[in-house]
Amino acid sequence: MSEYSESVNTEAEAHLTEAHTHGHLVGYGTYIMVWLGLVALTSITVTIAGIHLGSLTLIAAMLIAAVKTSLVGYHFMHLKFDNMIIKVFVLVCLVIFLAFWILTFSDLSFR
Amino acid sequence: MTEHSEIVEHAHEAGHVHRDDEASKMAMWLFLFTELLLFGGLFLLYGAYRFEYADGFKVAAADMNSFIGAVNTIILLTSSLSVALSIAAIQRNQKKLCLGMLWFTILCGLAFLVNKYFEWSHEIHNGIYPGGPALENMSNGEVLYFGLYYVMTGLHGLHVIVGLIFIGFVMVFISRDKITSTNFQKLENSGLYWHLVDIIWIFLFPLFYLLH
Repeated sequence: MSEYSESVNTEAEAHLTEAHTHGHLVGYGTYIMVWLGLVALTSITVTIAGIHLGSLTLIAAMLIAAVKTSLVGYHFMHLKFDNMIIKVFVLVCLVIFLAFWILTFSDLSFR
Repeated sequence: MTEHSEIVEHAHEAGHVHRDDEASKMAMWLFLFTELLLFGGLFLLYGAYRFEYADGFKVAAADMNSFIGAVNTIILLTSSLSVALSIAAIQRNQKKLCLGMLWFTILCGLAFLVNKYFEWSHEIHNGIYPGGPALENMSNGEVLYFGLYYVMTGLHGLHVIVGLIFIGFVMVFISRDKITSTNFQKLENSGLYWHLVDIIWIFLFPLFYLLH
């Protein structure tokens, strides 16, 4: 009996160690590339705001901010490696958030 | 069932401390969702008022120093990079590099707050504060813009301070070897919090500084 539990324990520990060392190892270079991308997107946002594009400025700024957010979430916050359940949580949260916006603005625009 | 209880007993005998990194991470994410709703509500308020007072918002934002805003954006993005690198370093058992990266993060956070201090001082000096002389001559849209500006950047600044304290505690844990290459979920969670603070600023920057 105790032999069985021993083997289960070591197996579980081995699995735990594996998840920690193999699952998430990302090279320093990858993070630096992501950062360069984020800085480039920031300068694009500032440049676009300098050109007078009217309402397109806001749309472009928000789209770029969304791309930056997904870069931070996917790479820096490690959503890339996370369990499906956490990804689903994030998605559900964003859908609820989007629903708030759609409901509020469908009300505001048709007053 | 008996097998299971025996395992648990065995685990206790060996002095094994129960730890569930996945649950810890999930709890952190759930907390971040409440933060998203907190700021999300304010962003919604901003959206609704900007929709109604588009001109007032533009006039008010014209005085904003978009250069300082851009510098602060780069500072926060860089601090997010250093937090991500600190996690990569602890995974490779490079304790010194990890702590160095976190020190750099704290410096970035402080630099952000110093910039914010100068910015707010400038605006307060110009009479933009509740009951201030400049605010009395402004249109409704401008007053709403500055109200949201102070509340949202102020709440964000508070989050930067909390993030710095969080990272400070994590650094003590690392230096005492309580956080190691196989046990670093606390560091990961402080990173998640810091990245959320960064993401909020990613939206605050264009919404308050880049209205033309």
